[in-house]
Amino acid sequence: MSMPSLPLFLSQLFNGLATGLLLSLISAGLTIIYGTLGVLNLAHGALFMVGAYAGFMALQWTGSFVLAIVGGMIGALLVGLLMERVIVRYYYQRPPEDQILVTFGIGIVITELVRLIFGGIAKPVPVPSWGEGITRLGFLFYPNYRIQMMIFVAVALLLLYLLLYKTRIGMIVRAGIEDSLMVNMLGINVYRIFLLVFGIGAMTAGFAGIVNAPILAVTPDMGEPFLVMSFVVVVIGGVGSFPGAIIGGIIAGEIISMTSMFSSAYSHVTLFAIMAVLLAVRPQGLFGIEGRE
Amino acid sequence: MILSRLARYSGGRPWVAELITLIVLLLCPVVLPLLGVSADIASRILIWGLFGLGFDILFGYTGLLSFGQAAFFGTGGFVAAFLLTQTGLQDDVFLSLMIGMVAAMAAGVVVGFFTLRRSGIYFAMITLAFAEMFHFLELSPLSAWTGGENGLTGVPMPIVGFENWHIQISSGWSLYGYIAAFFFVGYVIAHRIVLSPFGQVLTALRDNTPRALATGHSVRKYKLAAFVIAAGYGGIAGGLLGVLQSYMPPDAVAFHTSGQLVMQSIIGGAGTLFGPLVGAALWLGMQDSLQDVPAIASAWMLILGIVFVILITVFRQGILGAVRQIFVARVPEAAQAKTELSAEITRRHHVTGVPDEHTNLDEVPDHFIRSDVSARQRELMIVPKGEASDGAALSCTHLTKHYGGICACEDITMSIPEGQLRGIIGPNGAGKSTFFKMLAGEVVPTSGHVFLHGADVTGLGVTAVSQLGMSKSYQINELFSKLTVAQNLAIPVLARVRGEFRPDMLKSMDKVPGLHGQIEATLEMVNLEARADVPVTELAYGEKRRLEIGLALANAPNVLLLDEPLAGMSPRERADTVKLLKQIRSGRTLVVVEHDMDAMFELAEYISVLQEGRLLAEGTPQEIKNDQRVQDAYLGGMEEV
Repeated sequence: MSMPSLPLFLSQLFNGLATGLLLSLISAGLTIIYGTLGVLNLAHGALFMVGAYAGFMALQWTGSFVLAIVGGMIGALLVGLLMERVIVRYYYQRPPEDQILVTFGIGIVITELVRLIFGGIAKPVPVPSWGEGITRLGFLFYPNYRIQMMIFVAVALLLLYLLLYKTRIGMIVRAGIEDSLMVNMLGINVYRIFLLVFGIGAMTAGFAGIVNAPILAVTPDMGEPFLVMSFVVVVIGGVGSFPGAIIGGIIAGEIISMTSMFSSAYSHVTLFAIMAVLLAVRPQGLFGIEGRE
Repeated sequence: MILSRLARYSGGRPWVAELITLIVLLLCPVVLPLLGVSADIASRILIWGLFGLGFDILFGYTGLLSFGQAAFFGTGGFVAAFLLTQTGLQDDVFLSLMIGMVAAMAAGVVVGFFTLRRSGIYFAMITLAFAEMFHFLELSPLSAWTGGENGLTGVPMPIVGFENWHIQISSGWSLYGYIAAFFFVGYVIAHRIVLSPFGQVLTALRDNTPRALATGHSVRKYKLAAFVIAAGYGGIAGGLLGVLQSYMPPDAVAFHTSGQLVMQSIIGGAGTLFGPLVGAALWLGMQDSLQDVPAIASAWMLILGIVFVILITVFRQGILGAVRQIFVARVPEAAQAKTELSAEITRRHHVTGVPDEHTNLDEVPDHFIRSDVSARQRELMIVPKGEASDGAALSCTHLTKHYGGICACEDITMSIPEGQLRGIIGPNGAGKSTFFKMLAGEVVPTSGHVFLHGADVTGLGVTAVSQLGMSKSYQINELFSKLTVAQNLAIPVLARVRGEFRPDMLKSMDKVPGLHGQIEATLEMVNLEARADVPVTELAYGEKRRLEIGLALANAPNVLLLDEPLAGMSPRERADTVKLLKQIRSGRTLVVVEHDMDAMFELAEYISVLQEGRLLAEGTPQEIKNDQRVQDAYLGGMEEV
């Protein structure tokens, strides 16, 4: 094992940030849904996939990648809202195991429906024309679209942050994370807030799905690895913590990227091993609050 | 009557179900071909059913939802397949399968160590992540041994026999027979486990983990044991899959293997042992039959997904749960008769005991206190090892608890002599509950010490304190909600006679010494004899309250802490409970927190008053009644404002 060169190191550092920000965004969606509604959404990976497919369809119709992003977000939003209205809202009072099971089942139904409609073969979502080419950043060359995607994701995270921390709605959502019963008693319809949060969470997953689509093959099963990685991220960051999701995502992205410099075979294994060590040392995660499950 | 009850909470005759299983397994090769079911499908269903036996112990009985069982299925499968294809062990399929199982169990110990640190959603997420880690390990770092994405081919068929007598098992129904033998043994063991004292504790911690902990069971050890058992079943099933297919596929370690197991168990019915098998039959049957129908060949998974979502939403018990419910619904007459009997006993009890309109405590006739039952109920009580120099059963020094900036208890020093009935009173927010929790070991004090029979028990935790002979009943009922009254009472007794952990997985409940006597005596003391077989959910509030006290009592404690035993009771229930308290005080030390002053002045020998986290006054009931500070504390001390 030789030490990697500085350019390789920097480019991997950058790669790690790109992967990490995407994981942060997906995990942020997962974690605000859990934090507010108390439901761990195992269909989150499926919503990520729905975003990619909805974006793919929008791209086919309009030819515009910007509209594809909008389409991906709307597609995931609609599926998310439908899911909350038809099934998930009946589960708020049920044990967490039931919530996990039902969202897992919904994820399978969504995935299989997409497979039935679109088939199992990967759909192409090409890099938009304005994203082609590469840029020289100091002494490393980087594809334009990857840089643009990082900016998109960073902006989405910033918007999410502003929404949660700088608006009235965000204040209610954060109060709901602390104590939804109390919020309800203050005369705020907490179930409407729940629907809103579920929609926002689904939309972030859909957004992540479509902006990542040019880099990844769009298949019905594309969401599963991201679901698993977002679990690792929230376990590292602390379930229900927004900053935890951001930091955890970047840490996870860098771990994967840094270890693949030495051996790509071990990159994911290392990520899981670090999660295990963290669990032993700090079970509630980096930003988790002790005693809150 | 008593015999039938014992049979009921010990699960009856286990061999009946086992014999039926054996007959059905033997009939399958005769009947299934007539129905067009191949030996391959039948074998596959059994493998998933075997995998599911372990998962059902983990999820259905212990309540731990794991999404990572593929890790153990894969570990067992790949270790066995590796031994059978890459080493000199290819002749010995059985030995290889056993080694695979042990490897899976070892993996279970390691994974369990990390995952069981959290429960609920964390547990589901972490088990899933660990299984993915195993998947990645199989795919590349270990690919020299596992074949990576190609898996391992050429797993040989087993040879069964003795020295000079061999049968070469080939594919088809003879291989089915080999797998069925594993399934049958696996079923018998799983069935005995769930009926054993060990299995009873698992169901208790599923229903109410904190109470299982408080009755003196080491929840972590039981959870880990259940996790390792499930891993073992996964390991053996994985190994058999390799043998059946002559090939160990890499996707055995993939997430969808864990997911399929979860779905099959829910569809078939969790907590029934056979649920996963039924789910697997439906799953594989649909997959097999729909593959020939072109229009919906690719939709079978979608159909199963929809069935799964509907079942969890409206019928969480699954198919076998539904069958069981229909079966149980057929015997309402028996339940009716039991309720009438209960009412009759209550009526008689009130004729000899206290008439309804007389609820004055002074009129409780002394002859009603049945000292014989009380003595019987104390048979299991452990004799304290040490003794305090001042003869105190329970004492504390400078006990303090801060929550952040809030001070719940400040510098409380108290000594409760052996055999005393001590009352603790104080206005709301005086710190009584926190103080009680610190005594019971549920809350670690910020500073100060708790001594039980002279031994320092500070920070030992509620389980250890319970094992030393002190138990507590709660202000808000903490019962094992899915168990019957008698089964509820069995849980603390099991902790008393078996210690904090014992892996007596194959033992019958009937063979636990002292169990039945203690349950019967406790039932009699809390006057729930006629309700012994009733599920807790069907009890009236007063009965639940009595059971709550019964749970603490069944532990045969030498020091008993009661947190507001009279809370929320009707006048008649209150009178009954006061009688009960008089009865249980003999032979042990009793500490009672109560708001009911009349009852307290009547019962307690000595009273401690807490106010704003501090010990305000101590004395006999008479002294406390006349204490000016106590009166001020309760009436508000207006003149000082």
